[in-house]
Amino acid sequence: MHDEFHGDLLEVSMGPQHPSTHGVFRMVVTLDGEQIVKLKPVFGYLHRNHEKIAESTSYLGSMPYTDRLDYLCSMSTNWAYALAVEKLSGQAVPDRAQYLRIIMAELTRLVNHSCLVGFLFNDLGTSFTPLLYAFREREKILDLFESLSGSRMMCNYQRFGGCRVDPSPEWLAAARTLVEGFPRFLDEYETMLTGNEIMLARTQGVGRLDPAHAVNAGITGPVLRASGVGYDLRKVDGYGFYPRFDFRVPLGEHGDTYDRYMMRILEMRESVKILQQAFRDLPAGPVMDPKAKLRGFRPKAGEAYGRLEGPKGELGFYLISDGSPNPWRYRVRPPSLINLTLLEEMCLGHTIADAVVILGSIDIVLGEVDR
Amino acid sequence: METPEQIRDRLLARFPAAKVELVTNPGTAAEHSLLLDAAHARDIALFLRDDPALRLDYCSNVTGVDWPEKKTAVSAPKTAVPTLVERVDPNALPGTPAPASALGSTRSTPANDSGNYLEAVYHLYSMALKHGPVIIRLRTGNRTDRVTLPSLTPVWRAADFQEREIFDLYGIVFAGHPDLRRLLMWDEFQDHPMRRDYVAPDDFEWEPTPHGDVHERAKGHYPTTEGLKG
Amino acid sequence: MSEPAHHTPFPSAGNISDAEREDLRRHGILISSLEELYGWGRSNSIWPLQFGLACCAIEMIAAATARFDIARFGAEIFRPSPRQADLMIVSGTVTKKMAPQVVRLWNQMPEPKYCIAMGACAISGGPFKQGYNVLKGIDRFIPVDIYIPGCPPRPEALLHGLTQLQDKIRAERISGPQAARHLQPDAASEFPVPDFGAHDLQPPSNPNLFTAPVLPRKA
Repeated sequence: MHDEFHGDLLEVSMGPQHPSTHGVFRMVVTLDGEQIVKLKPVFGYLHRNHEKIAESTSYLGSMPYTDRLDYLCSMSTNWAYALAVEKLSGQAVPDRAQYLRIIMAELTRLVNHSCLVGFLFNDLGTSFTPLLYAFREREKILDLFESLSGSRMMCNYQRFGGCRVDPSPEWLAAARTLVEGFPRFLDEYETMLTGNEIMLARTQGVGRLDPAHAVNAGITGPVLRASGVGYDLRKVDGYGFYPRFDFRVPLGEHGDTYDRYMMRILEMRESVKILQQAFRDLPAGPVMDPKAKLRGFRPKAGEAYGRLEGPKGELGFYLISDGSPNPWRYRVRPPSLINLTLLEEMCLGHTIADAVVILGSIDIVLGEVDR
Repeated sequence: METPEQIRDRLLARFPAAKVELVTNPGTAAEHSLLLDAAHARDIALFLRDDPALRLDYCSNVTGVDWPEKKTAVSAPKTAVPTLVERVDPNALPGTPAPASALGSTRSTPANDSGNYLEAVYHLYSMALKHGPVIIRLRTGNRTDRVTLPSLTPVWRAADFQEREIFDLYGIVFAGHPDLRRLLMWDEFQDHPMRRDYVAPDDFEWEPTPHGDVHERAKGHYPTTEGLKG
Repeated sequence: MSEPAHHTPFPSAGNISDAEREDLRRHGILISSLEELYGWGRSNSIWPLQFGLACCAIEMIAAATARFDIARFGAEIFRPSPRQADLMIVSGTVTKKMAPQVVRLWNQMPEPKYCIAMGACAISGGPFKQGYNVLKGIDRFIPVDIYIPGCPPRPEALLHGLTQLQDKIRAERISGPQAARHLQPDAASEFPVPDFGAHDLQPPSNPNLFTAPVLPRKA
């Protein structure tokens, strides 16, 4: 490296306080000029000991903590935990609750993906404008969540054996109107962003991820599907009532940042389709299994691993019960953390400005990375 | 997909020297797992990944579990001094022999045996064939000095950060891991806080909660709380 | 300058009473004091540090977007560099691993500077208080001006906290024993950064700022 054209390598510590690291993530980057020759992520700046606290908390008591794991998508995190506990205890879920869960999870996907695209464009240097559009839609969905669950972000809505409250017909009508209007927002968003010349130049061919490496590194979610691997747990596991729904799983071709961006846009369009079907088919009935036990809940000894397709990838909960009211082991399988496994490989050879964009396209939330 | 029993029989036929046991899961999920011995774990993992009928190309979840000796496992943790693990040379031979009590053919869930080991649990799926999970477990010899297990990161890169996390929070040393450093806590930190007998540095005020063992811990932290009845 | 008898956000100018001043104002004559002008200017152009820690940071961003529009209060210029910021909004859980970084950022901010502890975690550790890696309140290491409870607080709550901070800034004096902290030459502006110890932060709190509360116990 030390010839007349190459100076010394420069080591830069990006984060934990950095405007583009989406929280308190830190990367130690070694640079040759502007090019990245080495990148080591550093975690733990938001390690809040969720798993340790859950070991001394009742099963139900951990539900509010799951809200704070992936704080953009509390509804689907709730569901993942409820799914694992239901698997552990063999708890049944009424039909109406299954539909409501799908409605909440897909609304959450809309929130997450639209905000992610906004943040991604922030990293590209658009200085807040797309994010303002995304947050406009997010506020509408959050109003729905708030009127239903009582909280904007920390919904704490799912329970083992159903959902906490039944939405009123007015709520459903409002949600339906929102979903009907959502494609218009997507069209507006895409007109503004998708063909943008700077965006194409900065994202196409940047941060390529080849499918074989991605599978081996356990990458899941839109990042994996952008590389062309068709693995969506909604189809593979068919949890909940997803097999009853007609939707497609979009796949990318190149595995670059542009494909990862397009995955989010296409998935939002599919989510709208799922939501329309869910509103059409929503059955009447109870939202909680009358036999479900929440307080004093003691599943018999055993273990279960429940997983679902969160907006960021495979979100799993692994629970070991010893028959007591607290889980013996409570483990979160965080998609955000594991999707970062190949960050260094994706960034090598690119400039430091591209590393920020590649990180933005992976979509991490630090609450989940560090737990 | 094959049942865990069939996979065990195939593994035993393929690796005659290896010890593979079925750990049954008495819960409703009934996902039984395979307990591998550390010496053959890497070879078996490679076989599971590349076998055409299984093709478990995707390691979803890696979990550390602490199983202290049974008598401490049932009671709430006392104010014991945190057990510190002496660092074992990561280049040492992979493979601590399984404890003698672990040599049965079929055993029940770990909660029912005597404990005193750390465990790493791997949930394997196949993205190619879309089936799973196959759950494999590895156990250390004890919780203090024989805590080395072979790293499966060379087989599945997905285990990279998760094994580092287990090293950090449980103190299992994964031999053959390319970059075994603490993941979440700072490098100077010496404890393994996810162990059941870890006692957090006492720096939070007592406050009433409905949880009994929090009360118990609070009593341990504050010796002058005779009147504390909750 | 005489000390006003009352403690309204706007200290009266000189020896003129508020009623007289209002009377003059009606006639188109504005009388103000340097103190008032200084506080008015500072309180309406607070530049926060663009610094998000956890969940609350999302609500902080929401407060900056169109619906809540923190720009109405002159605080929309989020600066990524602490050297350009007046206000640190500690938005989220401060872990022990992060605490030295937070103190370092605070030390890098120039005076006058203010700190808002946003959310239960920043105040006391909140729901994660039992955690071994969670700092039980950022006020163990840096002085906090405004506490906003909530988990997370709504954006409106952040705006309310901001207006409370504005009132506090406007009430600050330029001189005298009650002068603002940045005008007192002896007041501490930088605080010691804790080190990573083998089991905990060293020291676990700043003894000059924080003493553990005495707990009432039943006899």
